Amino acid sequence: MTAIFFVYSAYVWTAGTEAPQHAAPTEQVMRGQALYQDNNCMACHQFYGLGGYMGPDLTNVVSRMGPDYARAFLIAGTERMPDFGLNQQQMDDIIAFLEFVDTMGVYESPEYEFKWYGTVVAKND
Amino acid sequence: MTEAVAGKNLVGLRFLMMGTAALALGVVFGVIGGFQFLYPGFLEALSFTSTRPLHVSLVVSWIFLAAVGGVYYYLPNKVGLPLWSDRLPRWHFWIFLVTGLAILGHYLAGKFGGREYFEYPAMLSVPIVLSWLLFGINYFKTAFRHARQWPVYLWMWGTGIFFFMFTFLEAHLWLLPFFRDNMVREITVQWKSYGALTGSWNMMVYGTAIFVTGKIAGSEKVAHSKLAFAMYFLGLAGLMFGWAHHTYLVPSEPWIRHLAYAVSMSELIILFKILWDWRGTVDCHKRNAHCNAYRFFVAADYWILLNVLLAIAISVPAFNLITHGTHVTVAHSMGTTIGINTMILLGSVYYVIREELPMTVRAACSKKVSFGFWTTNVALLVFFSSLVMAGMVKGLFDGGAFQQMMMEIRPYLVVFAASGVVLMLGLWVLLYQAFKQLWKILEANRHVGDAKVEAKPLPA
Repeated sequence: MTAIFFVYSAYVWTAGTEAPQHAAPTEQVMRGQALYQDNNCMACHQFYGLGGYMGPDLTNVVSRMGPDYARAFLIAGTERMPDFGLNQQQMDDIIAFLEFVDTMGVYESPEYEFKWYGTVVAKND
Repeated sequence: MTEAVAGKNLVGLRFLMMGTAALALGVVFGVIGGFQFLYPGFLEALSFTSTRPLHVSLVVSWIFLAAVGGVYYYLPNKVGLPLWSDRLPRWHFWIFLVTGLAILGHYLAGKFGGREYFEYPAMLSVPIVLSWLLFGINYFKTAFRHARQWPVYLWMWGTGIFFFMFTFLEAHLWLLPFFRDNMVREITVQWKSYGALTGSWNMMVYGTAIFVTGKIAGSEKVAHSKLAFAMYFLGLAGLMFGWAHHTYLVPSEPWIRHLAYAVSMSELIILFKILWDWRGTVDCHKRNAHCNAYRFFVAADYWILLNVLLAIAISVPAFNLITHGTHVTVAHSMGTTIGINTMILLGSVYYVIREELPMTVRAACSKKVSFGFWTTNVALLVFFSSLVMAGMVKGLFDGGAFQQMMMEIRPYLVVFAASGVVLMLGLWVLLYQAFKQLWKILEANRHVGDAKVEAKPLPA
């Protein structure tokens, strides 16, 4: 059973999670990711519904609301989100990271196909 | 009155004491976080980005410390297997304590690594791995001394130790560009490891449940039963393959999610069956002799039933579509970590106290523990229900702004925050009583020290 688990793990780590439209992240994206982690953004935000619930999910925020919408929150903060005091370059980096996440997949597809045994397949899956 | 006993190894009690302190502090940050949800400006000096990891890390530490402390205590004193090394647990204790304080310091200073569950800088994972390695070496060296057929709890503790190490390392694969550069892979592997990590601590906690309930009933039968081993294997399958209900909506290969759906939650049903059957085997005398411990296991049984219902809903992908990313998930986490794990571990702590202080701890249920027990469980039920309601409203919210949705769920969050305060008070009563008694045991045995325990054969 343990041997099967290790083979299974290796598959999940490789072919099972291959993203077809995957492009390598740029330096700017990596800086944005580091900023996202250093400010512990996941304590409040989510990717694919995973993370904290104080703020909204950010998986497709750029394609759905536009980069300027995301930037407005970074500039001013909200009642729930503090102003992190980011400079222009840092905001650009975080937006680049969010754009990178956005290109990887769609969270909460508008169309799902329900199977009789309870599973769900997104039309874009 | 001194109740010191020569030949005891009480190193595990230090872990239990540290665990009770961690939980007592962890629930404070949970309550603060709950109020920050309602009033974002509440206690501005300590932002939500700090209170959340403080709460999560301290509560998870309680689970590990109480489970580890139990293993260190039970092996030499109740199983009859003297620890291979008496020095390694001390190293384990101090490394864990110093690292834990360093992690709390980083959170308070706003220095993060920004990963779910491990929100501290990744470097601090190194001493955690080291301390766990010491624990693992000591456990297996101790357990392998016994050549005869292992009872199920020895398998469960060993499996929990091994898979914690594996999944903890797996949770750090994101440090490698191969994983970090692909968000689908990064998130899937991250949640694969977290699912298995939860499974690994469940192994240790459920092993403790089977061990202690067997001791209270005065029979090792269950620990060797086919049902218990069936539960072990189902739990292992759940740990290995049942994690993907976290990631139904991440675009990984569909079969990974389907497999998780097929295996998820089955071990909870069997644990429920074992605890239910066990209640029938405990006669009135034994029940009264361990009244404080007994009631926690009964409470855990009811919480398993409630959580099974919720877990089934979460695991069916069609329902998961509504509950995912909502407070239903939080209700599930709280129901399992407090309702199941904490009840079992408090049962274990109170069992140890009764065993060590038979002359001073009354056999019957103490009034203070009864008060704490009922306050905790009633508050938890309200707390749990308010989270389910908030999650359902969020899940069924049809579009609109995030802030609008937050206004919709606000009444449930008010109940959640208020019941959280009562829950904290109830737990404090239980933890204070436990801490005080554990302290008394260590004080009474100070002059005796930890001693080598003579090996005795495992009961057949």
